[in-house]
Order: sequence, then C-alpha cells, then structure tokens
Amino acid sequence: MTTVTAQDRTAAFDAAVAADERIEPRDWMPDAYRATLVRQIAQHAHSEIIGMQPEANWITRAPSLRRKAILIAKVQDEAGHGLYLYSAAETLGTSREELLDKLHSGRQKYSSIFNYPTLTWADVGAIGWLVDGAAITNQVPLCRCSYGPYARAMVRICKEESFHQRQGYESLLALSRGTPAQHAMAQDAVDRWWWPSLMMFGPPDDESAHSAQSMEWKIKRHSNDELRQRFVDICVPQAEALGLTLPDPQLKWNDERGHHDFGPIDWTEFREVLKGNGPCNDQRITQRKQAHDEGAWVREAAAAYATKHATQRPAEPTTARTAPGEATA
Amino acid sequence: MTESTDWPLWEVFVRSRRGVSHTHAGSLHAPDAQMALRNARDLYTRRNEGVSLWVVPSTAITASSPDEKDSFFEPSGDKPYRHPTFYEIPEGVKHL
Ligand SMILES: [Fe+2]
Ligand SMILES: [Fe+2]
Repeated sequence: MTTVTAQDRTAAFDAAVAADERIEPRDWMPDAYRATLVRQIAQHAHSEIIGMQPEANWITRAPSLRRKAILIAKVQDEAGHGLYLYSAAETLGTSREELLDKLHSGRQKYSSIFNYPTLTWADVGAIGWLVDGAAITNQVPLCRCSYGPYARAMVRICKEESFHQRQGYESLLALSRGTPAQHAMAQDAVDRWWWPSLMMFGPPDDESAHSAQSMEWKIKRHSNDELRQRFVDICVPQAEALGLTLPDPQLKWNDERGHHDFGPIDWTEFREVLKGNGPCNDQRITQRKQAHDEGAWVREAAAAYATKHATQRPAEPTTARTAPGEATA
Repeated sequence: MTESTDWPLWEVFVRSRRGVSHTHAGSLHAPDAQMALRNARDLYTRRNEGVSLWVVPSTAITASSPDEKDSFFEPSGDKPYRHPTFYEIPEGVKHL
C-alpha cells in the first residue's frame, strides 16, 4: 500500500502539462491553477452572454429578413457559447448560481469591449468583423489549453465563430459598396470599434499580471502583444478589400519586422472602462439582472412542474425510452 | 426569491448520424428530462449535429477514479497477446 504524497501529485500534474496532456476535472491540480481557470472561464462566459446585448439591440431594426435571421442566429450562438463555458467552469467546483451572482454583483468581470454602444446598423457588421475576429484570434490557441473541458468548449465555439466573422464582413462590405451615406456609416463604425478591438487582447505583456504563469500552465499559448500583432496583420488587407480605412495614421508595414507597426493604444481608456466607467457598463449589468429577475417565475414554474411530476408519475417519460442494452451501445 | 438551488445537471450524448454511437457532447442544467432534451437540442444541435439525443442525470454516472487509474487498468497492461500484432507469422502468408 503506497500513499500518494503532495510531491507526487505536483510532479504528476507538472509532467502532464509538460507532455501536453490535458488535465481533467477529477485530476489533482494546484489551487492556483483551479482559481486562475475559474476566473478566466467565468469572465469568458460572462462576456459571451453580456455580448448578446449590443447586437440584440439591432434585431428588431435589421434592414432585411435575411439580416435579421442571421443576427438572431448569431446572438443565439453567443448564448450557447456562454452555456458551454459555464459548464466548463462548473467542472472546477463552482455553481451556475454562484457565477451569475458574481457577474451581477461585479465581483467577476466580462470583456470591456461590450461596454461600448451600438449606435448604427453598421456597428453590427463591425462587431462581427472586428470583435468576433479578435475573439477568434484569442480563442483558436485556447483550443489547445491544458484544461480539457475548457479546450473542448473552445473547439465547439471556434467552429461557430467563423460564421459570426464572415456575416459581419459581408454586411460591412454591402454598406461600403452602397450609397455614400452607407459607406460613411460603415467607416464610422470601423473608426469607433478598431481601438477597443485591439484592447481586447489585454494589457501589454510587461504589464500583464497573470500572463507568465498562465503560459507556464499552458492555459495561454501566446502573449497578449503577440496575438494583437497577429490580429493587426490579418485586418489590414481585409480592410483594404472592404474599401475602408483603419483609424490609425501610424499604421504601416515594417519590412524589417515583417509586421505592421501601429500607433499607441489608449490604456487609460481601457482601465476606465474596466473600472466601470465605460459608456454602457451600468446599462449592461442592469439589463442582465433585469432579465434574470424577470425570468425567475419561469425557472420556479419549471422546477415546480418537475417536482410535481416526479412525485405523481415516477418513471413514465413521454418520449421513447432507449431499448434495453442500447444505452451502453 | 424562492429559487435557492440550480436545476440538476444533465450529461448530453449526441448521435451525429445513423450508424454511429452516441458521443458525449457536454452538459446542461434543466428541471426535468423533457426540458433537458429540449435544451440539449437548442444547445448542441443548432447545425444538424445530431439525429438522436440522450440526456442522463449527471448523478447517475459512476466514474472510475483518476487516482486509481494505474492499478484499475493494470490487468490489461501485461497481456499483449490480446493484440494481433503479438503473433509472428511467416512472410508471405496471406489472409491472416
Ligand atoms: Fe462567442
Ligand atoms: Fe461570436
């Protein structure tokens, strides 16, 4: 009979991470690893569901039935992304209720990008292209994250994100090639969303508090600045093809670096929005809480119905049951 | 508020097309099996990912413990003769 010492467990964890194996919910893991994941996955989940608001703002005013159906599908996807991620967070020992509570009370954050308003229809296109585009750049490496449930959620999400980005790009392109007023609307949206999108990658590497440890744990695979640069390089030719400009006079190709140089980011604005002083912080949380509170009677009714039927008619489901033995097939 | 606990957790299994097994897709919360099925449809098959769904209460699953993984699966470790590659067959012998 051997006992597993703390040292053995740490060694097993380190070895699994080093070998690029996945850590699964029931494996032993350092407390700090667990806490980091809960914080990151929760913030990610919250961002998905808060992110529904700025776009849902335009569902009733979409310019055609086609665009409306697309936008509804996209917003519904974001709800789904939130649910995949809440499930992943719950495997670490938190509950859905606790996560929502922390979002509503401001103890957990969501991406600062969703605190900007969607002023025109073109914003929906700009969000799809730039915000979903930045999210994809961030999320693709997370598909190889060391924590299994998070990595699997990201695989599912990334598959769905590509539609989000393409529909946004297509919508912006239609406006850009439309009337002069439509073109101007598209340009205005890009002007407003460009810099906040670059902020989505987080603070510069030398100021990023959690980065180094997260890279060591293989939660994160690339630094904030590296991903930001990748995104800028991807966007420049895409903007050209759109016939729109990116609002940065210092943006230009640097032959020596093999990358685009770009102007300084206003980190004061980023910190202010993060602190709660962005244009829509209050509105987003107020609306989220309101939706949650107004849905309480539905949750209660469903729970009451389930309890009633569990006591009245045990084991008589109305849908087909699986054939004996089939459940293990 | 009377709501004090989360709805129970369900594991979702999706058969992607006829002829293949159901595969674990993820989990969700729902008050009962019917709602779990409907939520699973909306959450895991928005793009025709499935032709059949199972939902199972998470509490109904008994799992092997990761801590005993070595000893638990050990019995098959020293039985390479269960694999066809264990056997040496003369060169040129066919259909074997
Ligand atoms: Fe998303
Ligand atoms: Fe998205």
